[in-house]
Amino acid sequence: MSERSPMSPLVLLILPAFVLPLGRLDGILIAWWQSPPALAALTAALGALCCARLRPRAPIAEVIWLLPGVVIGACLPSTLLDQGVALSDGLGLWIFVAGLLALLWHVMKRLTECPGRLPHLVVPALFGIMLVYLWEIGIRGFAVPAVLLPPPDAIIAALTTETANLTDDFIQTVVKAVLRGYLWGCAAGFAVAILADRAPFLARGLLPFGNLISAIPVVGIAPIMVMWFGFDWPSKAAVVVVMTFFPMLVNTLAGLATSEAIQLDLMRSYAAGYWRTLVMLRLPNALPFIFNGLKINSTLALIGAIVAEFFGTPVVGMGFRISTEVARMNLPIVWATIVVAGITGSAIYGGLSWLERAVTAWHPSYRGR
Amino acid sequence: MTTSGLRAKGPILIVGLVILVLWYAGALGLNAPQSIEALNRTGNAWTTQDLVVRTMTMKRPVLPTPDQVLNDFCQSLFSYPLTSVRNLAYHAAVTASSALSGFVLGLLLGTLLAVGIVHVKTLDSSLMPWVIISQTVPILAIAPMVVVIFGNLGFTGLAPKAVISMYLCFFPITIGLVKGLRSTDPLAQDLMRTYSASTAQVFWLLRLPSSLPYLFASIKVAIAISLIGAIVAELPTGGTAGLGARLLSGSYYGQTIQIWSTLVMSAFLGLALVGLAGLSERLVLGRAGSKR
Repeated sequence: MSERSPMSPLVLLILPAFVLPLGRLDGILIAWWQSPPALAALTAALGALCCARLRPRAPIAEVIWLLPGVVIGACLPSTLLDQGVALSDGLGLWIFVAGLLALLWHVMKRLTECPGRLPHLVVPALFGIMLVYLWEIGIRGFAVPAVLLPPPDAIIAALTTETANLTDDFIQTVVKAVLRGYLWGCAAGFAVAILADRAPFLARGLLPFGNLISAIPVVGIAPIMVMWFGFDWPSKAAVVVVMTFFPMLVNTLAGLATSEAIQLDLMRSYAAGYWRTLVMLRLPNALPFIFNGLKINSTLALIGAIVAEFFGTPVVGMGFRISTEVARMNLPIVWATIVVAGITGSAIYGGLSWLERAVTAWHPSYRGR
Repeated sequence: MTTSGLRAKGPILIVGLVILVLWYAGALGLNAPQSIEALNRTGNAWTTQDLVVRTMTMKRPVLPTPDQVLNDFCQSLFSYPLTSVRNLAYHAAVTASSALSGFVLGLLLGTLLAVGIVHVKTLDSSLMPWVIISQTVPILAIAPMVVVIFGNLGFTGLAPKAVISMYLCFFPITIGLVKGLRSTDPLAQDLMRTYSASTAQVFWLLRLPSSLPYLFASIKVAIAISLIGAIVAELPTGGTAGLGARLLSGSYYGQTIQIWSTLVMSAFLGLALVGLAGLSERLVLGRAGSKR
């Protein structure tokens, strides 16, 4: 590490920010030197920059020097807001924030140069925190009405105060409708795929319909299912079953077709029958495809259940919560519901990915990682 | 039809026939209770034939028969002027326009992200996980809220629907294009380096052309999703126009036949859009000299 790594000149935006106004307090523009916290933040950011760049350092050392400066600098907007400073025409402050973002960008760039697994988890986390931070100070700084987009802290507050309602919604939508529908739909798709594999006639007849269905917005059957199965969870589960059936069927069939002739010949030379070949060779080979279907379905299932709730539901459920609270302009709780849905979706997806990695560790796409 | 053609089409025809028969049987079974009740109410004696006829011709059946759906489909397509709200083609056109504009926006955003991710290493490690997480959020489920927010901002009509379609579309395009842009032949890349080609030249002359097959595979997926996004986004607009609005009004007033004919229309629209993508693929890849 004899040379300094190149750095975007955008970080120098911090310097001209100093001569521009910081914000408006009681109608009067205030400058940087009139506000102690602003000076402290500026010093911290510049100090960290100097310490990190004075002489060439290893990536991780530079990150450790820079990150505290960025964090202290980033606290400035909310500190000023708490003091009652209006930030909407504080040009200097926003330029300062832009400079900080360039600095953070450099931090992320150096982190990706670090060896090991940890940086690859920290970088996306930093990026996510940056997005939430920009959302927060953007909404509060420019005083965007909460009816349009609530700031993240309001959403977190709603998450804590409305926990009981959110839990009930979660149980109604996810545990009752999504999980049951998902399991039934995937199991049915899998079973029919095995059946179609046993009888090629069925496969040739069903596959074109499977491809046809994938071009059709299946969500449209939601009103019909609500009409057939009533307002409670069975209608939502039915929508989920229909939505998840064909992706699972198509993926399983595609997976079963991946076994090579030479492998099949080997099984035949072992005098293995159809079922033994299926269980010991073809299903393991089909696993990546099956997991692909399961992953696609996990998102589809959540969407299907929530959309079906728009067409009629008892007074509980995520879709119900979203549609009624939007009508009452109570957006923080709507966003809290979205957060719950997002976390649920990510958790299911992540769990499936983990399971896939554990079960198909032998597959070429995971080798050497 | 030749024998081989028959052999290929036979299973499809038979499975289609089975579905049709099951459909009629289902209509008979599901509509029977209501029909029996109605027949009993008339007080006259009735035969099985009366019952069957009645289950097949109900005004608001639990499950309409295929011929009822087809009849309603043709009627709402041909017996009203094209600009009438009662014409199904009008609603299909509204939905198709928002789906297509959302698709174009999604194509632009997806391409932009993919190019950034391929060329900037920091973006690859910081943005890529969020692109994947963004799709585990059931955006379709919050589509109505996005529409309301945009309505508050003063954007109504096409814009909010297009935004939702865009959000759904960009993902398959980004994923497919990143894979495509990275799967250039290493030999060709070395050749470009010996020509001392700039990054831009490598992109336009090598990476982009070789990513086209991946791009078009993604486009086919994306255009089908954009239609779903447009339909769901139309649910909360209060039954003004579009296939989604027609589904919702059909569900409110118990017009099952209308729901089914709308579903058939959306199926045709979906097939047409995917067909359009396939056609453009053949045109572009044919010109690009792909061996297909």
